[in-house]
Amino acid sequence: MSDELIGIIASILLQASPLIIAVCGETLTERVGVVNLSLDGSMLLSAMTGFIAAYKTGNLAFGFLMAAAVGAFFALIVALASIRLRQSQVAVGFVLTLLGDDLSAFLGQNFTRLPGPTVQKLAIPGLADIPILGPILFQQNLIVYFAILLTFATWWWLFKSRPGLRLRSVGERPEAAFARGVDVNRVRYLYTLIGGGLVGVAGAAYSLGVKIGWSEGHTRGLGWIALAIVIFGGWSPIRGALGAILFGATKALATVLQRTFPEVSVVAFNALPWLLMILVLLVVSSDITDRLIALSPRPMQRPLRRLLKVSPPKALGTELVEG
Amino acid sequence: MRVELNNIRKSFGSVHANDGISMTLESGRVYGLLGQNGAGKSTLMKILAGYQSADSGEIRLNETLTQFDSPAAALRAGIGMLYQDPLDFPPFSVLENFQLGRREGIFLDQKTASRELLALGKRYNFDVDLDERISNLSPGERQQLELIRLLAGGANVLILDEPTTGISSEQKQQLFDSIRKLAREENKTVILVSHKLSEVQELCDHVFVLREGQLAGKSEIPCPMDKLVKLMFAKMPPRSKRPAYKFGQAVLDVRDLHVETYRLRTENLNFSVRAGEVLGLAGLEGSGQDLLIKALAGLLTPKSGEVLLRGEDITRRPFHQRQRAGIAYVASGRLEEGLIADLSLVEHMVLSTEKPGFLVNWERAGEATQDRIAKYQVVGQPASRAKQLSGGNQQRFLFAMLKPALKLILMEHPTRGLDIRSANWIWDLLNKRRDEDTAIIFYSADLDEVIERSDRIAAFSGGVMSRMVNAAETSVDELGHLIGGQQ
Amino acid sequence: MRIPPQLERIWPSMPVIGALLFTSVLLLLFGASPLESYAAMWEGAFGTQAKLLSVIAFWIPLVFSSAGLLLTFKAGLWNIGIEGQIILGSIGASWVALNVDAPSYLLIPLAILASMIAGALWAALTGLLKTRGGVHEIFGGLALNNLAIILTNFLISGPWQPPEGGTFRGTQPFQDGVLLPRFADSRFSPLSLVLLVVAYGLVVLALRNTFWGLKLKALGQNARSAFLLGVSSNREAVIAMMFCGALAGLGGGVRVLSWFDSLRQSISGGIGYLSLLVVMLAQFRLLWVPLIALFFSVVLNGSITLQLRTQLHSSLGGILTGITVLFMLLFGDAKRLGFNTLSEEDDDE
Repeated sequence: MSDELIGIIASILLQASPLIIAVCGETLTERVGVVNLSLDGSMLLSAMTGFIAAYKTGNLAFGFLMAAAVGAFFALIVALASIRLRQSQVAVGFVLTLLGDDLSAFLGQNFTRLPGPTVQKLAIPGLADIPILGPILFQQNLIVYFAILLTFATWWWLFKSRPGLRLRSVGERPEAAFARGVDVNRVRYLYTLIGGGLVGVAGAAYSLGVKIGWSEGHTRGLGWIALAIVIFGGWSPIRGALGAILFGATKALATVLQRTFPEVSVVAFNALPWLLMILVLLVVSSDITDRLIALSPRPMQRPLRRLLKVSPPKALGTELVEG
Repeated sequence: MRVELNNIRKSFGSVHANDGISMTLESGRVYGLLGQNGAGKSTLMKILAGYQSADSGEIRLNETLTQFDSPAAALRAGIGMLYQDPLDFPPFSVLENFQLGRREGIFLDQKTASRELLALGKRYNFDVDLDERISNLSPGERQQLELIRLLAGGANVLILDEPTTGISSEQKQQLFDSIRKLAREENKTVILVSHKLSEVQELCDHVFVLREGQLAGKSEIPCPMDKLVKLMFAKMPPRSKRPAYKFGQAVLDVRDLHVETYRLRTENLNFSVRAGEVLGLAGLEGSGQDLLIKALAGLLTPKSGEVLLRGEDITRRPFHQRQRAGIAYVASGRLEEGLIADLSLVEHMVLSTEKPGFLVNWERAGEATQDRIAKYQVVGQPASRAKQLSGGNQQRFLFAMLKPALKLILMEHPTRGLDIRSANWIWDLLNKRRDEDTAIIFYSADLDEVIERSDRIAAFSGGVMSRMVNAAETSVDELGHLIGGQQ
Repeated sequence: MRIPPQLERIWPSMPVIGALLFTSVLLLLFGASPLESYAAMWEGAFGTQAKLLSVIAFWIPLVFSSAGLLLTFKAGLWNIGIEGQIILGSIGASWVALNVDAPSYLLIPLAILASMIAGALWAALTGLLKTRGGVHEIFGGLALNNLAIILTNFLISGPWQPPEGGTFRGTQPFQDGVLLPRFADSRFSPLSLVLLVVAYGLVVLALRNTFWGLKLKALGQNARSAFLLGVSSNREAVIAMMFCGALAGLGGGVRVLSWFDSLRQSISGGIGYLSLLVVMLAQFRLLWVPLIALFFSVVLNGSITLQLRTQLHSSLGGILTGITVLFMLLFGDAKRLGFNTLSEEDDDE
């Protein structure tokens, strides 16, 4: 494998890492039945906060911490509005999206395009020297390692741990979860906040390690991409992480294609991710896919359905009743 | 475990669901709890299982006064309830579903849980596939699993709510064997909530019969069927004199209809309804009559068979086309299905107009609505919102919206929540439509209504439709047997 | 807890007051005097005739898209794709402006028609993705918004670039005949105001007096009951989207034909997202929509002056509007907060 290709793959993984973190966070939130639609705004605001906090103190960890706090605060507003005030989750989330964008532009106005502290590369001794895999997986920065670990940890927590079982039960059938002794609202608050905190970390991961620095609209659009990937990922962190990498790969592919076909306008390639977003959502949610699957040979149908179709947690986005 | 219920009362608004019920249940016995719809069976059992709290009264377990604030607390105290629709999690695996609610640490102890689950499965003669998803199981299998889960959770008192609806006869036998075993060998107290007399006779040692929120009687089993029927249904309602109608030609022909949902299937439906005729469907809620009505309305697609409206095949026609062809459907859930809470009465009336035109003349529509609600005695203004009406008025308003000259009216619980005078009013108006050759098919939880208002009656039990009986000649005994699943 | 009646009377204005307090704190943090800043904003909106006309010129497309959103919100749809529908409207009008040669009295109606058709078709895509493909209108609309932006950039840097070469900034200025006649050298065109009054009147008429409006209302409140009452939900949803798209597209047309004189990057100026806030704040009070839109237009235009004068970022205007809507959602209904109010007892009757 050529060094160039290895370089591209390594950079795809780096670019995808903050998205993976955000997708894991939102997956946890949606698995308890709450939609935190504010991702695009809260990522912007936390990217800004994380950058300034780290810039002022020179302490990266402090930057991430503040960013997580911002993300969790936005999530808290969504949780309070939907669980306590029974407001529409979509309305509150959407307003927060716009607000986060404007707040980040205003509060961060004196800190744009400054060189700040960045997360450094950290090769893992021994593993980094493995051919091909080494440069891709083990010569990255801590953000990439964190994203990979988080993916598996979230997966394990959701599907293999007892609290994960309880959290899924809440998003699936709250009344039955209550009958089994689960405190439905507490679980909802808890994971909405944790999910929001992770979204905040994702924002800081951009400004401190992947798309370094701060400028107005620094991560604009990526929050929406993350929300779409959660759906595409079928509310599973591993599939979601693959979705994030696929998205990164599409962007990389656009760059390569652009070089190969210089006569085509640059901007046309920018359309790829959004076309991809529509396409994958169409595939996983449309009835047409069901009909196509039904035409395939019988033994293929079940694996195909598992591959192509997703179904959301049953109680997702329904009006939450305090009980 | 010995269970004592003392003077349990529970009201919902002005309805006394439980009006001072007392009973004592001993361990090692199987009890039947019989009663019509709305007799108070499920309220009483929900109170015992921690889903609801009683307004007053006490529960004693082995002489100790007990109170629970949740089903989980009730299970800790030894009371488990198995719902007709089990409270499990369709996307979970069998093992996960079993583990949820067990007291373990952060780590799921799959080894212990699987061992326990497999052992229980073996003991109660039930094949357990740990990795299968709950959604791929049949209703019977899900019930078995739920039963096992309750036992593993320490249930000494088991409440089974209509457990045999929608399960096969082999599964039923298996379930009954397990229940007997639980009572005889393991000294559990079992309560079987049912409406099927034969099952109660087959399985139970004692039976309690509820009627209108009170304990109507109790008996040892075996006991003559007639006695149980009399306890459940009180006496025959007085039948008002009705003008004799001359029925016209068949409006509706149903041939070999087979309708199926996940829970229940009903098949081999063959009957005709003539112009001006009223067909009443009796039976416990969810026994198949609702599937038939929804299939006729076009809300459920039948698996096979034919539905003909005046000779024309409408089996595959969607709801709106049937509406235009002259079939009206009046659903049971008023503010969920039929009315829109925040819309005014005029707006409803305009929506249900046949050819409304582009612009709405609100003044004229308001006057028309005023006339209509006056005629149907709806207490409200044309500008009132649907949610501001009382339940009875909402129901009357649903009828006020029916279009003129219909071929067929399908109704679910047409007079639920109405006082006698209003119910009479509604039926007088419906009866007038019979002169216009409209046929009516309805089901009601109120057996008296079915008997009094129908020309012919069919009963549903577990998806099976009984023979048709002539309403003028039938007796409560005959219907009670049909509803209880005996032909 | 019971709110004193005096407080209850002013409760509806609480979100605005709260938002002003919030932005005041922000201004203080940045060492600016809130009073002076608000004065600068006021002046930026009303200081001169030109500024006032600017406020009105910005307000017109905002009300166009808010009017469209009244239809989709009524039908229970989250038409976040409105931003893209505005952009497509601009593109449609620009296509006519750049490609058609005709006298002004034909050209202007043609350009406006093209903007409406383009907006409606773009909206229909979101509607079809939802009804046929099961893709939620938020995600379909959002992807289409970004595609619309990319399409604009593609056009101005490619096929429609000015003869002197693509700059990514805009097309060449349109021929004079297609531009809406403007008032006193401003960006405000009286013709667009006439169109707006007609369009808004039609929307109000549609919502209040047509059978179709009633069907949308029924659909938005309870889709199940609406279905049983005979409303075909998928069809009405797509039609509502298309009407909304046509109105938003018309707003986009006005943007290129009078606010600018060419197709530019970020042509919508965020008007689509802003109109979502307008309609959320208005909560279907039809006469409030133009007033709230005017308030927003004042705030946004004022904050541009604020930026010029104090170097403070103009996003302050967006913060003020956003916080107002957020506070309204969170605290607007005193009952949800668990307070007893006087009106509560009236409601229960």
